[in-house]
Amino acid sequence: MFQQKHLLDLESLSAEEITEILDTADSFRQVLERPIPKVPVLRAKTIANLFFEPSTRTRISFELAEKRLSADVVNFSASGSSVQKGETLRDTADNILAMKVDMIVMRHPDSGAARYLAQRVSASVINAGDGMHAHPTQALLDLLTLRQRLGDLQGRKVTIVGDIAHSRVARSNIWGLTKLGAEVTVCGPAPMIPADIETLGCQVEFDFGSAIGDADAVNVLRIQLERQKHQIFPGNREYARAFRLDREMLRRTPEHCIIMHPGPMNRDVEISTEVADGPRQVILDQVTNGVAVRMAVLYLVSGGVRETLGENLE
Amino acid sequence: MSSLLIFAGLRILDPHRGLDGEGYLVCEEGRILACELGPLPQEYCDHERARYVEAKGAALAPAFRDLRVHFREPGYEDRETIESGCAAAAAGGYSDVWVMPNSRPCADSAAAIRFVLDRARESGLCRVHPVGAITKGLEGREMVEFGDLVDAGAVGFSDDLRWVQDGGLMRHCMEYAAMLGTVVISHPEDPTLSREGVMHEGAWSTRLGLAAIPAAAEVSACARDIELARLTGVHLHVPHVSCRETVELIRSAKAQGLGVTADITPHHLDFVDADCRDYDTCFKAKPPLRSTFDQEALVEGLVDGTLDAIACDHAPHTPTDKERTFPHAPFGVIGLETSFAAAHDRLVCRGPLSPLQLVELMSTRPAAIMEQEGGRLEAGATADLVLLDLEESWVPQSSTLRSRGRNCPWLGRSLQGRVIATYVGGRCTFDLRREPQPLF
Repeated sequence: MFQQKHLLDLESLSAEEITEILDTADSFRQVLERPIPKVPVLRAKTIANLFFEPSTRTRISFELAEKRLSADVVNFSASGSSVQKGETLRDTADNILAMKVDMIVMRHPDSGAARYLAQRVSASVINAGDGMHAHPTQALLDLLTLRQRLGDLQGRKVTIVGDIAHSRVARSNIWGLTKLGAEVTVCGPAPMIPADIETLGCQVEFDFGSAIGDADAVNVLRIQLERQKHQIFPGNREYARAFRLDREMLRRTPEHCIIMHPGPMNRDVEISTEVADGPRQVILDQVTNGVAVRMAVLYLVSGGVRETLGENLE
Repeated sequence: MSSLLIFAGLRILDPHRGLDGEGYLVCEEGRILACELGPLPQEYCDHERARYVEAKGAALAPAFRDLRVHFREPGYEDRETIESGCAAAAAGGYSDVWVMPNSRPCADSAAAIRFVLDRARESGLCRVHPVGAITKGLEGREMVEFGDLVDAGAVGFSDDLRWVQDGGLMRHCMEYAAMLGTVVISHPEDPTLSREGVMHEGAWSTRLGLAAIPAAAEVSACARDIELARLTGVHLHVPHVSCRETVELIRSAKAQGLGVTADITPHHLDFVDADCRDYDTCFKAKPPLRSTFDQEALVEGLVDGTLDAIACDHAPHTPTDKERTFPHAPFGVIGLETSFAAAHDRLVCRGPLSPLQLVELMSTRPAAIMEQEGGRLEAGATADLVLLDLEESWVPQSSTLRSRGRNCPWLGRSLQGRVIATYVGGRCTFDLRREPQPLF
């Protein structure tokens, strides 16, 4: 049974706990298909969304998930807030908690920020992305999408391509996929592959064609120019020549291979428009699953029990 | 007729003469009158003005000397003052410390050097030796007035954590220091390689998603400094060595007869990069805590004499500063009050060294590096002494620290070995048995 008070990363979850979240998300996915896609399971709970970094889809996805569960929601974003007046993260959290909040969803540019908060506040903390460290709900929605398309992930091959070094999405995906028995290959230009990444249980392949030759899924990461203070690759044109998933490259993959992207896309840089809009992509499905996964996480972290979920959804 | 201070029936540790056994030590007027193994001779027992120090079962060693502390005054008195730093040093068994120049304003003028000496004299608990900046404002652009600083009392030159990137400028600074007969202490770190890094680059930085500092940042900088030492003939001291390959470089430089010495911190000996796993900023240090592979080489380097000394790199920060998230918290660990215990626990109780070797690394050899007398227990030497309990296990607590810093990674951890009392020039500057008990 799921008993975690927080969701900080996937590294600290067991395969059973991850599966329980995904099973719960399947149930909520059905709720989302209903004419009135709203259930009262988090009625009278208050959730604060703290976003210290720009975000559109993750913030909206969490907010929707919270509203679908009938929670009360307050939003806080860093621009123009007390953060710029020098308030520490601890003080910000204390102030929001003093307003009697039950759960905090936080995105923060510093790796470790979610754990920092969880160590200092009484509320549950859900990590919506901390620096380069973890983005557990993104990885969970990727797992849910993969499971819907491929079934059991044991022995399945997933290739993640792009800037692995700066990507919290990549790290959380590697943890989640390997825990569920999938084989993970990471691919990208050498400066984008961090030191000793193999110790996380994945393989490294610099040749894109080889990396995707037998993949069941390819997860294409956004080239995050905004995270790169120093030049780590020659530029988008050269990158696209070697690492863009376009029609030519897609031919190298098995026919059943699905194409994922966490968004937002740089069309024609890491993925060609043709592929991004093509029949193999499941990108918008990922977005829908994102709402269901976040509903599941909020429900389980707030003490909800999967076994009694059916009654709650009546 | 002056009184005698007598220590008898305890373990004498004198690395200078290689003495380790039960014996006695007698001081008079701040100097050691006699120190030998064996029972106290009758002439001292009968002395009418003898004062005995009660220390059954304890060990007596020459007081410790630390090559690298940061006392933050002037400019950052919330973190430490010269007075609080000296009190911490006394509690750690130290008679002498070398203070880094990174105050605000920094120690790049004769006036700043004199200020440090004056404030230390007021405190009276520890001898403080100021290290001057190499370049004005620690900016790596313009030389300080070396001669003025030496005349004012500077014992060496260092830009602290700033490596002088301009090799040509560093060469001339070293030529000046060599001419004046002073040491240059160069923190080896190429900032173009370390960039925004906050921990050692390896499996753990990848796992934690933290910007990382490759070993190459230290090793390449140290290699350049060693070549400049060869070119200029200066005495180069490499502080807080952290990488396996740096140990190799120093070993090879020494084999070639170059004037290179090096020290290492207790925290690099006791902790590794994996200790950052909970993003605890107490483990954020510069250079960063490296891998166990590096740590093994550091211990080997101490055993074979490649590394000359243990220095704690005492770097106090306020709890507020250290409570920032890991990427934004300042680098630094405090160590003066726990250095001996941590090093004894790690290197003697759980490691290859004898207590005598440890005392040599914390007292005799640091004194030699700074070309000072001291670090010895022989007749005629200044009575700088530390009384140690090598058996006691204790747990350092935040409430009993004399330093203003609380960024000590050993708080709450049991350590074996404790400083009982410290004497500087025969005068007691710390006595654990007379310490007030903590309030809570």
